Amino acid sequence: MAKEALPVAAAAVSAPPLKREKPGPLEYMRRWPLQLMVGLTLFFLYLPLITLMAFSFNDSRRNIVWQGFTFKYYEKALNNDSLIEAFVNSLTIAFFCTVISVILGALAAVMLWRFRFPGKTAVEGTIALPIVVPEICLGVAMLVFFARVMPWPQGLPWPLNLGAITIAHISFAFPFVATVVRARLSSFNRELEEAAKDLGASEWRTFWDVLVPHMQPALIAGALLAFTLSLDDFVITFFTSGPDTITFPVKVYSMLRFSVTPEVNAASTILIVVTVVLTAVGLHMQNQKPKESKA
Amino acid sequence: MQQSWSQAKAAFAAVAVPPVLWLLLFFLIPLGVIWAYTFGENVGPVTIDFTGTFANYARALEPLYLGIFWKSLVVAGLTTLLCLIVGFPVALAIAFATPRTKAWLLLLIMLPFWTNLLIRTFALIAVLREQGYVNFALEWLWNNASGFMALVGLQPLGAYEPLTLLYNNTAVVIGLVYVHLPFMVLPLYAALDRMDRSLMEASLDLGAGHLRTIWAVVVPLAAPGIASGVLITFIPALGAYLTPDLLGGTDSQMIANVIERQFKRANDWPFGAALSFLLMYLTFIAIAAQAFVQRKAERRG
Repeated sequence: MAKEALPVAAAAVSAPPLKREKPGPLEYMRRWPLQLMVGLTLFFLYLPLITLMAFSFNDSRRNIVWQGFTFKYYEKALNNDSLIEAFVNSLTIAFFCTVISVILGALAAVMLWRFRFPGKTAVEGTIALPIVVPEICLGVAMLVFFARVMPWPQGLPWPLNLGAITIAHISFAFPFVATVVRARLSSFNRELEEAAKDLGASEWRTFWDVLVPHMQPALIAGALLAFTLSLDDFVITFFTSGPDTITFPVKVYSMLRFSVTPEVNAASTILIVVTVVLTAVGLHMQNQKPKESKA
Repeated sequence: MQQSWSQAKAAFAAVAVPPVLWLLLFFLIPLGVIWAYTFGENVGPVTIDFTGTFANYARALEPLYLGIFWKSLVVAGLTTLLCLIVGFPVALAIAFATPRTKAWLLLLIMLPFWTNLLIRTFALIAVLREQGYVNFALEWLWNNASGFMALVGLQPLGAYEPLTLLYNNTAVVIGLVYVHLPFMVLPLYAALDRMDRSLMEASLDLGAGHLRTIWAVVVPLAAPGIASGVLITFIPALGAYLTPDLLGGTDSQMIANVIERQFKRANDWPFGAALSFLLMYLTFIAIAAQAFVQRKAERRG
């Protein structure tokens, strides 16, 4: 008897606390009122999205009651040329916006982190401004700018015709990148930079081989942020897009204005899956340790 | 610590010129032009004279538009309050969860935030409309209640009347809460996670209940986080365009919808410009208020 009881007691001591054990004073997640609250919140956040995705497979036009599984709305969405064009436009804009925003954001972050210069507070404030200015204000400012001050030439070949929208997106996306990169730079040990220079590395070489590897996780996070901000944007694009430069959100908006069809569900599901996959890839890359600087 | 720009002029120019030039050309100049328009007058269908008039601002302060500003502030304030009420317990639960659960919950809260705003609003329409899931669930409950009452010999309830949950102010607030909840949860979580837990333990040991501990210890300590969560939620809610446009009715116009109309349909750019600058000033006031709270909290801490 005693032989049998002993290992059980030992297991009970070393095992993680059982479910039925009273939660510790600060283990709020193990108390039912908070569990209920978190559960309800997640339900509230996900119910609309999950039903939207589920009913893109529903074989019924009015998409209320389940009528059977179908891919036909995906077929319809994929055969809708203007929808595909809008989707390709959105991805193209997001790509260029990401590349340029990461460069500009990183440069701005290095400038603010490394240098003292007259008017620094003003520059710092101005870089933060696009983050806080309401989208609608930036949207109308871009509308007026591209209508009156710097008209974007009409009828340019793709992808140059998307220039105005891309510029507008970069203007609000790169300050986000700058913020993320600057936070990362504050953990940089400046002695490394000095050491590199003492050992004869040029300014450029130091930047590329010492500073950039340190910034890498923030650059990936910033790129992810810029990409989703651009892909997500409706308001600013709505004011800068022309009849030939429709983006995916603008297209979905006009489809919604006419009627709510399962085709929109299908197109939205594709976009949700694309964003989730990209986010997963981005987070995965971010969690990997930055590569040792090249010898 | 920081290097003076004159010590490395070439390096400074290389990092400073591209972003500063971009900001000047594609951000400050567009805003400057809009600002100039606020003092302009429409003289033809496309020509605008910069006459230095204050008529646009005067018109924006008429009761009709003042009412819309007030309404936007109330809607944004209510949204922020609801987000805080829902978001605080959620952030608290996440901050004190086990590392594994914490990572998953944070991902689950952030995922909708990466999803397109338009798609999320569209998804909400399907849930809230008269033939949507909320009404279906209520109808089912109603019919069951009705059947139960018939069973026990009472007068059964009448036929279910679907609730109108869309195209009104309630729908706008629900939509804004739905969209902005992650904005509130994340800064709250960050503040609660950084907090010194021994203070909470001390409070609990000394006999204070959980609610009292949260109110008297956690809230004051997390005040800067709460203030930034409130700001991050309030600003986009104040300038929201899409949610009131898609979920609102004729009387739920917010200020952004009025601005859009001036630029797209009414074609009164100077007036629209004046409204956008007033919205921007309101935003700056909100930021200044937040900075004030933050400084006060820091001085106390």
